[in-house]
Amino acid sequence: MSSERDRANLPPLALHVPEPRFRPGDEADFSDIVVPPAGVTRRPDTADAASSFHELAYGLVRVLDDEGNAVGPWDPRLDADAKRRMLRSMALTRAFDERMFRAQRQGKTSFYMKSTGEEAVSIGAAMALAGDDMCFPSYRQQGILITRGYPIVQMMNQIYSNRADPLEGRQLPIMYSSKEFGFFSISGNLATQYPQAVGWAMASAAKGDTRISATWCGEGSTAEGDFHSALTFATVYKAPVIFNVVNNQWAISSFSGFAGAEATTFAARAIGYGIAGLRVDGNDALAVYAATEWAAERARTNQGPTLIEHFTYRAEGHSTSDDPTAYRSAGEPNAWPLGDPIRRLKEHLIAIGEWDEARHAAQDLELAELVKASQKEAEKNGILGHGMHQPFESMFEGVFETIPWHLKEQQQQMLDEQKAAGL
Amino acid sequence: MSDEIVGDVTQMNMIQAINSAMDVMMARDPNVIVMGEDVGYFGGVFRATAGLQAKYGKARAFDTPITEIGIMGVAIGMGAYGLRPVPEIQFADYIYPALDQLVSEAARLRYRSAADFTAPITIRSPYGGGIFGGQTHSQSPEGIFTHVSGMKTVIPSTPYDAKGLLIAAIEDNDPVLFLEPKRIYNGPFHGHYDRPAKTWADHPGAQVPEGHYRVELGKAAVVRPGEAVTILCYGTMVHVVANTVEELGIDAEIVDLRTLVPLDIDTIEESVKKTGRCLIVHEATRTSGFGAELSAQVQERCFYHLEAPIERVTGFDTPYPHSLEWAYFPGPVRIGTALKKILKD
Repeated sequence: MSSERDRANLPPLALHVPEPRFRPGDEADFSDIVVPPAGVTRRPDTADAASSFHELAYGLVRVLDDEGNAVGPWDPRLDADAKRRMLRSMALTRAFDERMFRAQRQGKTSFYMKSTGEEAVSIGAAMALAGDDMCFPSYRQQGILITRGYPIVQMMNQIYSNRADPLEGRQLPIMYSSKEFGFFSISGNLATQYPQAVGWAMASAAKGDTRISATWCGEGSTAEGDFHSALTFATVYKAPVIFNVVNNQWAISSFSGFAGAEATTFAARAIGYGIAGLRVDGNDALAVYAATEWAAERARTNQGPTLIEHFTYRAEGHSTSDDPTAYRSAGEPNAWPLGDPIRRLKEHLIAIGEWDEARHAAQDLELAELVKASQKEAEKNGILGHGMHQPFESMFEGVFETIPWHLKEQQQQMLDEQKAAGL
Repeated sequence: MSDEIVGDVTQMNMIQAINSAMDVMMARDPNVIVMGEDVGYFGGVFRATAGLQAKYGKARAFDTPITEIGIMGVAIGMGAYGLRPVPEIQFADYIYPALDQLVSEAARLRYRSAADFTAPITIRSPYGGGIFGGQTHSQSPEGIFTHVSGMKTVIPSTPYDAKGLLIAAIEDNDPVLFLEPKRIYNGPFHGHYDRPAKTWADHPGAQVPEGHYRVELGKAAVVRPGEAVTILCYGTMVHVVANTVEELGIDAEIVDLRTLVPLDIDTIEESVKKTGRCLIVHEATRTSGFGAELSAQVQERCFYHLEAPIERVTGFDTPYPHSLEWAYFPGPVRIGTALKKILKD
C-alpha cells in the first residue's frame, strides 16, 4: 500500500480546464491550423472498408483551391447550372438570415439563429442527397429547406408564430418541421435527432427501401450520450445514415475544446466505432457535396454509416440571445483560414467563366427583394403576439390524437377564467 | 370493453399473455417490430418476446446495444418512418437514460410538429418489487411519467388485461408506457412473502383469448364491488389489496385503475361518492407519487362526500432496500392498519 510519503517527490496533480487561445481584445491568429492544399486527399472507393482510410478522419477534404479552381479526386464535377443553383441557395439563405435577424431585433419575433459562414454545410449536403432522403437536422440547417424549395414565406410564418404558421404557434422560431420536404421536426434538445435518424435509416433498410437518412449536430453536442448511442446503433446494424458534425468551433461560449477538440478530431470519433470518417472543409461547398455524395453512395449500397466532420466557423453569435464579443476575439471570423463559403464558390464560378461580379450583385439584389417581398406577405398573417393568431383553446389540441378529459377540463377552466376576467 | 374475440380461450400467465399480444399484433401489422436488450434470439430475460424472432425474422424482433437512449431514439425514428415499434426496457429501473428521448421527444413530437410527425410507440418495461431485486430491479417509476404531458401510462393486473391493454397500446397513435408488474408475471400475489406463491391457474383473469381483442385505454375496472371504502390501486397491489380485504372481512370496493393517464376519473368519483372513504395503495415512493394526484382529484371532486381523510399506503421515500424488502413493500399489515384508521368512525 502506498502512502503520501512515497509520492513526496511528485508534483501535485493539476486539473486541465481547456481555454480557447483568443479572448476579447486578443488578435486572432489561426496560422497554426493545418490546411492541406485542395485536391491532395485521396478518394477511396465507396466499397472500401472503413478501416482502410483512417487518415481521412484527420485530414481535410478540399476541392476549391485559393485560385478558385476545383481540383483533385473529390471534385464532384457538377455542371455550371448546378453550381449556380448551389450559389443561389447559399446567397438566399444568407439574405433570409439577415432579414429574419433584423425582424427579431425589430420585435417581430422572440428568437432567431443565423447560419452565416456555414451555408455550404447544409446546402452542399442537401444538393447531394436525393430529394426524398430524410434529414434530421439541428437548428442551423435552414439551408436544407431552402435548397429543397420549401416556401420561405412558410418559414417566416413559423418564425412569426402567426396565423399561417404550419406548427400552429407551438414551437420556438426556426424549429421547423416538414415531412413533405423530408425535414424532421427540430427539437432544441441537443443531439436527440442522432439516434432518431438511425432509427429511420434502420426502418428503411428493414423495409427494403432505397432512401437513406442524414443528420446534423454541432461539435459541442457530440458530447451528448445520444451521439454515442447513435453511432453504436449505426455501426451494429450498418444503418444507411450520414452523420454530420458541424464543427463551427463554438457552442455558445464554449469552444470546441470542451467537446474534446484539443485531443483529436471529431471525424476520428468514427474510428472507434468502426465506421467511415471524413473530415471536410466545411466552407467549400463542392467538398461538402462530394463528401455527402460519397457517403450517400456507401449508405445506399449497404456499406453502412459515414461520419463527416465539417470544419467551419460560426461567423456570428449562437442566436439573437447571444453576444459573442463577450467571450471571443472579434477578429476571429475574418482571420478564419478557410474563408467565406459564398465568396469561394462565387470566385470559382467566375474563374471558370460561368459567373461575374455584375451577375452576382444583381442576384444579391434580386434575393434581397425576394426575401423582403416574402416577409411582407408573411406579415400579412401576423407577427408574434400573445393570443392574437391561435385561439387560446388550441393550446390543448394535439397533445394526444384525441383530447382526453383532463385536458378538456383544463381547457374549459381556462376559457371560463378568461371570460370572467373579461379577456 | 372488448372487440369481438377471435379464437379459443386458453389459460395464460401474464408473460404468455404479453407475448401473445405482440404475436397477434406482429401477425396483423407488418409495421409492428419488437426490440430491446436480450429481446431477439433469447426472447427476453423474462421470456416476454420468446419465439417472436423465429416467427417474424430478425428484422422485426432483434437484440439491441445496451443503450436505452439509443433504444428510445431509434424507436422514435422508426415511428417517423412509419413503423410501430414496441421497444422493451429490460427493467423500469433502467429507463432513466432514455428519459430525454421519452419526455422531450416521443411525448412532445405530435405537439411540436402539429402532428406532422407522431410517435406511435409502446414502451414495455417490467416494474415493481417483491422479487428481491434490490434497488435497481424493483422500482415503480410511473409517477415520473404520469407527470409528463403527451404520453399515456398503462399498468395491467391480470393476463387478460395485460394482453388486451397491450394490443390497445400498440394500436394507439401516441406513446404509451406499458409497465408490467413483474411480481405477478407468474401468479397473483397475496402479499404474504412467507407463504407459498400462487399461480394463475384458478384465476378468472388468466382465461385469455388467443386472438385479437382490446381492453380500452383509460378505463378502470371495479374488481370487487363494496360499500365500506374505495381502494384505488393498480398492478401487483390489486391482488395484495384484494387478499387483505378478504382476510379482514371488509366490504371494500376495489378499483383497478389499469390506465393512469388518461385516468378513469368517472369510475373513481362514482365509487368514492358511494363509499365516502378512500384508500390509495401503490408501491412507488410516497412524495409526489401518483397517489398524490389521486388524492387531489378525489378531494376536489368528492370532498363533501368524504367521511374520513384520504389515506395513502405506499413505498417509503427511501431506495428499495434489499434485505428489508418486505418492510418496505405495502403489504397486508400496512394496508390493514390504514383501513382500520379510515373505517374507525
